[in-house]
Amino acid sequence: MINRLTFVGLLAALLLPSCAFAKKLNVVTSTTDLAALTQEVGGDRITVDSIAKGYQDPHFVEAKPSFLLKLRNADLLISVGLDLEIGWLPPLITQSGNGRIQPGANGYLDASQFTEILEIPQGKVTRAEGDVHPLGNPHYWLDPDNGRRLAKGIAGKLGELDPADASYFQQRLADFDKRLLEAEKRWDAEMASYRGRKVVTYHRSWPNFAKHFGLDVIGYVEPRPGIPPTPSHTLDLINLMKRENVKVMLIEPYFDLRTPNSVASQTGAKVLVMTPSVGGEKGVDDYFKLFDYDLNLLKQAFDSTK
Amino acid sequence: MRKHLAFCVLLGIPAFAQVQTTNTAAGDNTALEQKIRDLEDRIVALEGQVRLLKSQPSVAAATATPGQLSPASTASPTSAETTGTATAQAAPQEPVRLGGAGTAASKALNPDISMIGDFIGTAGKNNVVSSPAMEMHESELGVQAIIDPYARGDFFLSFGEEGVNLEEGYITFTALPGGIVAKAGKMRSAFGKVNTLHNHVLPWIDRPIVSGNLVGGEDGINDAGFSVTRILPAPKGLFLEGTGQLFRGDSADVFKSSQRSDVSVVGHLRGYGDISESTNLDLGVSYARGHNDLGSSFVTNLYGIDATLRYKPLRRAIYKSFVGRGEFIWSQRQQPGGAACLPGTCPDGVAPNFQRAFGFYTSADYQFARRWFVGGRFDRSGRARDSRITDNGTSVVLTYWPSEFAQIRGQYRFTRYGAPLSSTAPPGKEDANELLMQVQFSLGAHGAHPF
Repeated sequence: MINRLTFVGLLAALLLPSCAFAKKLNVVTSTTDLAALTQEVGGDRITVDSIAKGYQDPHFVEAKPSFLLKLRNADLLISVGLDLEIGWLPPLITQSGNGRIQPGANGYLDASQFTEILEIPQGKVTRAEGDVHPLGNPHYWLDPDNGRRLAKGIAGKLGELDPADASYFQQRLADFDKRLLEAEKRWDAEMASYRGRKVVTYHRSWPNFAKHFGLDVIGYVEPRPGIPPTPSHTLDLINLMKRENVKVMLIEPYFDLRTPNSVASQTGAKVLVMTPSVGGEKGVDDYFKLFDYDLNLLKQAFDSTK
Repeated sequence: MRKHLAFCVLLGIPAFAQVQTTNTAAGDNTALEQKIRDLEDRIVALEGQVRLLKSQPSVAAATATPGQLSPASTASPTSAETTGTATAQAAPQEPVRLGGAGTAASKALNPDISMIGDFIGTAGKNNVVSSPAMEMHESELGVQAIIDPYARGDFFLSFGEEGVNLEEGYITFTALPGGIVAKAGKMRSAFGKVNTLHNHVLPWIDRPIVSGNLVGGEDGINDAGFSVTRILPAPKGLFLEGTGQLFRGDSADVFKSSQRSDVSVVGHLRGYGDISESTNLDLGVSYARGHNDLGSSFVTNLYGIDATLRYKPLRRAIYKSFVGRGEFIWSQRQQPGGAACLPGTCPDGVAPNFQRAFGFYTSADYQFARRWFVGGRFDRSGRARDSRITDNGTSVVLTYWPSEFAQIRGQYRFTRYGAPLSSTAPPGKEDANELLMQVQFSLGAHGAHPF
């Protein structure tokens, strides 16, 4: 009898984790930020993996076949959208052999629908403006308000795919929302005295960040989005920075520092390698730490270049 | 004492009331802030819905239906007024009477269209394979779209200076059970690597000699038929994919179908592994079988091995990369033995003879700056029809990218042909020294980066 009970107990112990595992939603996101937000609301009822790394330029990810191994079993694919991943995600989706995550299917989520989008081009768009995004700037996750909206949208989608855990996702969302609100208040207070400070960035990765924290982006190291710096543009930028007394340059970790350093040496500006994504630097492993890290760098730079 | 107490109580009431008022005010503020935040979120969510609806073909179709207003057209003005963003360009309010052809919203139904121009200039002497001094080598029109929730369609029309050719035109079924991806239509076959690539994604101006000698040259094995691909079970970390294809049997000078049963088949097995996050190795084996131009009784078998080593450091992915490639191809072509038997007139009972030819290329491409690439290629290949003749070649390539959408390339090519192509020319080796220049430019939809 005891043996039988032990056997049943063992069987249950063996089966339970596998049942729990089988129930978990398998989510793949294109970027680490979406993965971090999904993890916040999904908790232990999901598994989530990102295709791009946080220190990688999300425009230029290689469509490696190893990503197909992630995608073929995914229940949900969350993309940034607005053509950010146009160079690599569509062929991966097509080749995945996974009908659940094809555009239009229930397991495909374009997260841009939940967020405030800036820099939507007006009128006719041409590539004379560089590698412009006709649907608007896709770097929208760098505004905590958009982070909240993304989390809400993702929690809704997770609940739709796994109705049994919908209330769990909503509960986690409420908790995340509360923590984010507190953090936001802290960040806003810390940055209050720096509102209106002028900065230069390499690429147009920071409009939502700048809007939220009241920074004034007056120029870019790139002459046009996706076009490398040219000598004449760099000279114009140096003159502009001197004229406007700009002392801080925000550079993404995947851009070459030669031109920014040369501009900085002639203008007395400080070059900050800020991470636009979770995982962009060591220790930046969730959505809160992303802002903690960047804002800390920014404050130090503003204080030292008063 | 009692008086004092009453006085204190009287004094305390307003103070208490004030504290309570302050608390209530703070509470009101928080509630108000929350309300504003919720309202902001709702506006943003509505804007997102509008963007999404506008990009969906079904809604565009609805707006193009006379007398109907779509959710997009009703929702847009509200959000546009509120935010003043680009939603002002919403779907038209008026009934559309142009059969869906003349409105901005109806364009959402249009496929992605791209045009890639390929201009080539050649200098130097080549008595064996001639090409003009300057030519608009190819203008490739790509028309691509998602057909429905289960499939997508891709067309690539290749225009020469004269004439047009359907380079590829196929449907891909993306939602089949069992992880199967199937294609039907005309397509470049999965034989090796170079055969699958369009001209504009090659790392050279020309194609390797082995492609020309054994696999049909620029057109390659490119035929109408079916293709089935599936990711195969493999040890963790290894990607294994199998492809099986069935074609009509007509591909350049490699395969020729004389009757309906002269179909050709192509099989490809691909193994891929990440050595590190920056480095990966891609290996493939291929097989192709079809009937050749001598008739239904004559078969050509092709065997191939391809290997690609890629290096791209993720933090500097746009500045630095290396790709080393190699493809080795064996051709077995059935031909009648002896001069008495001419192609197509070979009598029954004549023992066919196999011409066994081998060829390969190896190449390396190094990106040393954001816009600059340097590369080299070594070629060696026998000829499919006469394997005693071997052609050799060496190339050096320099590429400059003004932007992601244009490319200027120079190539120095030395070729030592084993014999002239024409049978009337005297036998013997022929050397060719050539300088090639190419300008490529891309219009329209942003295509996927090749891998």
